[in-house]
Amino acid sequence: MKIPVTVIGGYLGAGKTTLINYMLRSANGLRLAILVNEFGDLAIDQDLIEAQDDGVMAISGGCVCCAYGNDMIGALEDMRDATPAFDHILIEASGVALPASIMTTVGMVYGLRPDATIVLADVEQIRKNARHKFLHDTILAQLEQADLLLLTKTDLVDASVVEDVKDWLSTVAPIARFLPIANGEIALEALIGAIPFAQRRPMENVTHKSVFDSIVITPDHNIDPQALGEAFANDPTITRAKGFVQTATGTALIHVVGSRYAFDLLDDHHSLGVVCIGIKGEFDPSNAEKHMRHAERTDA
Amino acid sequence: MSGTTIYSARKIITMNPNRPMVTHVAVKDGRILAAGSLDELATWGAFTLDERFADKVIMPGLIEGHAHSMEGALWSFTYVGWFDRMDPDGKIWSGVKTVDDVVDRMSQIEKTMNDPNEPLLGWGLDPIYMDNVRVTRHDLDRVSATRPIGILHASGHILNVNTKGLELAGLLKPGQNHPGIPLGDDGLPNGELKSPEITMPAGKHVGMDRAFLAADAEGLRNYGRLCVRAGVTTSSDLGQQLNDDLVGVFETVTGQADYPVCLVAFCINLGKSPAELVDYTASMKDRSTQRLELGKIKVIADGSIQGFSARLQWPGYYNGAPNGLWYIAPDQMADIYQRALAAGVQVHTHTNGDEATQLAIETLEGALRKHPDFDHRFTLQHCQLATEAQFRKMGRLGMCVNLFANHHFYWGDEHFALTVGPERAERMNACRTALDQGVPMTIHSDAPVTPLGPLFTAAAAASRRTASGRVQGEHQRISVKEALYAVTMGAAITMKMDDQIGSIEIGKRADFAVLYDDPTEADPDTLKEVRVWGTVQGGRIFEAATI
Repeated sequence: MKIPVTVIGGYLGAGKTTLINYMLRSANGLRLAILVNEFGDLAIDQDLIEAQDDGVMAISGGCVCCAYGNDMIGALEDMRDATPAFDHILIEASGVALPASIMTTVGMVYGLRPDATIVLADVEQIRKNARHKFLHDTILAQLEQADLLLLTKTDLVDASVVEDVKDWLSTVAPIARFLPIANGEIALEALIGAIPFAQRRPMENVTHKSVFDSIVITPDHNIDPQALGEAFANDPTITRAKGFVQTATGTALIHVVGSRYAFDLLDDHHSLGVVCIGIKGEFDPSNAEKHMRHAERTDA
Repeated sequence: MSGTTIYSARKIITMNPNRPMVTHVAVKDGRILAAGSLDELATWGAFTLDERFADKVIMPGLIEGHAHSMEGALWSFTYVGWFDRMDPDGKIWSGVKTVDDVVDRMSQIEKTMNDPNEPLLGWGLDPIYMDNVRVTRHDLDRVSATRPIGILHASGHILNVNTKGLELAGLLKPGQNHPGIPLGDDGLPNGELKSPEITMPAGKHVGMDRAFLAADAEGLRNYGRLCVRAGVTTSSDLGQQLNDDLVGVFETVTGQADYPVCLVAFCINLGKSPAELVDYTASMKDRSTQRLELGKIKVIADGSIQGFSARLQWPGYYNGAPNGLWYIAPDQMADIYQRALAAGVQVHTHTNGDEATQLAIETLEGALRKHPDFDHRFTLQHCQLATEAQFRKMGRLGMCVNLFANHHFYWGDEHFALTVGPERAERMNACRTALDQGVPMTIHSDAPVTPLGPLFTAAAAASRRTASGRVQGEHQRISVKEALYAVTMGAAITMKMDDQIGSIEIGKRADFAVLYDDPTEADPDTLKEVRVWGTVQGGRIFEAATI
């Protein structure tokens, strides 16, 4: 199965390093490979580092950080070929990189699957950056290319400021969905869409403590993966969805991030089931079930 | 201590204003003991008179301020460019003029390959001279349907691959939706791939792998031979992702007794944080030798104009393309500049578009307030679109410039018609303005983007003729004399090596370009025809014909 790849974008100071540290701390058994441009500015919490050698940093819990310099593709191939395999690869984009370009490259590396583009925005800086003499169009392009937007440092400003910035972001990045942070925590499931696979751990409600709600739907019939993906992606209350469905021609892995979806037809069998995640209060599990029923194929 | 050798010549052009022309030069221990008349030189004591250059013209060894040693490595692949080009062995590869010629040349090489799966890579293709004909995967399938084939364009921005190459890159399927992957009538990619996010991953399957990108000993040796053929005794390698291993390769190759050129290896700002970059580069300074200069930084600010990735000021690209890309965050540039000024490390910054130039100027001005330095000579490389106001500011801030005169010849017509339009095309690579505004200036080839050859580059700056033969930007022409100064002293000044090289005068390194013809008698249009016999580097003699 292809390894999913997430790109983390946003200008300097948006909180990418903090997010990386957070993810490494809450990986909880998932093997994450994190690619960064260079280690210099990446302040990985010292207690997480097990060993460091020539561009690769081993992190406790089976994760690694890898500096790619000018050979991102080579580093991606190294991570793809590692054993035991990584569950997820994350790329920290440089402060001025356009995440969509990185995703295009990822999509061309055999064995990798572009998963999501997450762009971080510092609530205090983002509007100023978007007016920056030299950077304005770069910053706006980064936001526009996001599947998921993560507004950071929101605890430093009034709630009304956060709402103003969110309103503005909704106009410059109309298709992106917001990832909320509560008490400094973000559900890893929403960040990287890593659902516990049946062979790994039993499926359960993974979001019981977070600001997310989720539901696991197990379809009874064959599913049209395109119709299902489209329905999930068009539902603004669904942040992510991922899982296996039976189609007329075999098992399909379907993944939805924000308003984008994709599916892969697989050769092997997997326990069926799709996890849908949405923000508590907005997410209505019965809607998700309705989408599933509409995607059922009665002709097969 | 070796003895003194006095060389006679038909004429010795010194670039020393005190005595611009002499007849003899005395060399001792690889350095210039004296330059003047034989009677004067004889007063220094015993000498051997060497008259092998008696019918030649000697000038200071030419200095290439912006090239890449990759020019030496590229000759492991097949040249399919429009213009005739000389390889390190001195063989002239004739320019290919039609797609059939391209296919023929690739096919000839293909027939000699044993491993049926080994990729075949060509380089230097430039369809703008072939009425912008599209080369498709079907054309390259005529070379081979089973072996991955790729051809990298001269600009470096476009890659053509055959069907097998598309298949290996996972692109041979309908539904591709990316501006960098144009489709044929059948809905499948036509094999032309554009923009780095596409060409880099696809290139891996047609031979542009890690080894292709990295500097190796063989490539450095070949590059040295190309330098001799071009009369070059010092060349920048701008830049390399230097680490101890790679510096070791440079030390070993340049340390060989017969290595014919001094390489100035700049450390590029990729893969290192500003602090690491400046600290590491500063620590390299002491490892410099007679043939390896270390301790300088290259920063890349934006992309290229013909790739539409350079950052332009308003009103942007002539054809309406969106503005280009930043390759460094302004805060990181500021961090590097400040640390480098504090550490006394020189920084050369690639800025193609005038907006990138503006960022570099403003960033340096801010950094200088914190770390004043009265002789930093921070240099802008390419700086192709700079305005007069920008040159004025650069002059007052103590900056230098290295303008891309060759670009004007090779792509000037394209810039006029498509990228920046007539008005800005005429001010591109504004040598006259740079000199008038007191900005120390040199000019470059950016080999392998265009061929290494400072005399050609000097001619391009003096004539400002484009490939179609038009003079584009009459006002920006410089004299032959100024152009020759630019490729000797000018380059030495921008690399802070003017105390050692750039002119033929007492105390400097014995670096000469030995020529059959007198460049000072050439006019702007004939300067490029001046023939090179070879070089003298550090007192050692290298003949192009036998290198």
